[in-house]
Amino acid sequence: MRDVRVIARLDIKSPNLIKGIRLEGLRKLGDPQTFVEDYYAQGIDEICYMDIVASLYNRNSLEDLLRKTAENIFVPLTVGGGIRTVENAALLLHSGADKVAINTAATSNPELIREISERFGSQCMVLSIEAKSTGPGKWTAFTDNGREHTHRDVIEWVQEAVELGVGEILLTSVDNEGTQKGFDIELCKAVTSVIEVPVILSGGMGTLEHAKLAVSEGRADAIAVAHNLHYKNFTVAEIQAAVREAQAGAAA
Amino acid sequence: MKITIVDYGTGNLFSVRRAFETAGAEVKVVTHPGEIKGSDRLVVPGVGAFGNCITELNRLNFSEAVHEFIATERPFLGICVGMQMLMEQSLEFGEHAGLKIIPGTVEEIPNRTTEGKIRKRPHIGWAPLTAPNGWNDSILKSTDPATRFYFVHSFSVVPTNPAHILAECDYDGYPIVAAVRKNNVTGTQFHPEKSGPAGLEVIKTFLSM
Repeated sequence: MRDVRVIARLDIKSPNLIKGIRLEGLRKLGDPQTFVEDYYAQGIDEICYMDIVASLYNRNSLEDLLRKTAENIFVPLTVGGGIRTVENAALLLHSGADKVAINTAATSNPELIREISERFGSQCMVLSIEAKSTGPGKWTAFTDNGREHTHRDVIEWVQEAVELGVGEILLTSVDNEGTQKGFDIELCKAVTSVIEVPVILSGGMGTLEHAKLAVSEGRADAIAVAHNLHYKNFTVAEIQAAVREAQAGAAA
Repeated sequence: MKITIVDYGTGNLFSVRRAFETAGAEVKVVTHPGEIKGSDRLVVPGVGAFGNCITELNRLNFSEAVHEFIATERPFLGICVGMQMLMEQSLEFGEHAGLKIIPGTVEEIPNRTTEGKIRKRPHIGWAPLTAPNGWNDSILKSTDPATRFYFVHSFSVVPTNPAHILAECDYDGYPIVAAVRKNNVTGTQFHPEKSGPAGLEVIKTFLSM
């Protein structure tokens, strides 16, 4: 059976954990380390840090946070935001990250995907996509928290990126992010049906039913949860139990 | 307890070091084979491509030092590609000779199930283990069989002798060899340093052997 992961996603505006709606309207929640220690104690499967202002300043400032987290948190750590070069990726990987998630730089320079996957292995190279619905069954990839248009069709872009060596996709629906109205299942289904690497679905979870649909209908390999963990609406165990129930149903 | 971790330049050793320290070991990360002598335990981690890893391990003359250490019968642990390198040969992007400590090969996980469905690669995620030969006196002896461990890989080992298989995990119907053992040599495909408290427990058991 596949094992669907529950990933805690923490959007960081250094030094704070923040949360917004549709990747905007940010609210400070506090020290991210305090939150991840709680999630680790609860048995979280993975942690994902996104530096949400990094692209604006052309740098990722999460090395210190990563080092602090990797000191005593022994689960996979993914980091994204502002990574433009192999050297940027190397610095973050040597600061304790297991994987780097790249959006803006990959869309402007797809060769970066090949360079990073050849140097560190494709398992390190996560393509981050901010998808906005632009018509029925059609999504366009955006950057900079859903502000900048890349003119790339999401379904074409994921296929091109997998050819270049992407090992995993972090798929965020800008339309649904922070709304708690549910994941964009159609988007996830469209992506999981054209590629053979794992897909992490992000953005919009409001209920445990939404988590189940991501698995049973969207065929997501992992879900990223922010709001519902940060505001303690659900425990890690409750979300894990929900995805497992959906997995067991899908396998039967 | 003095643990030596081999750094042959291909990956991030931060978490491996921290996990062993947290489990109570005195850790030394070495970049020269001469520094291995005198340690109680030897650990070879590894991420990325087999070819790069074995090339660097050989270039830095670690291969002979690893063989010499294993001959002393002190406990050895290989993690992920560090485990895969124990085999005779890998078929990842061409053919690469391994350390030939455990008979067998490293092969790509089949990307289709027997029903023709997609089996995704890389295999990324947590899975519980099964023990075809029991694991009472191994690094898994204090592990409950339902416990899940973290995997991230596209290739896995296929030992010639089934007796060398310490643990397996199921991945969409394909039995992945999750751990191997031959005398004092143990290898894990999963990452104990990324498997939470259960992973630290495995490391503690390795330290106690």
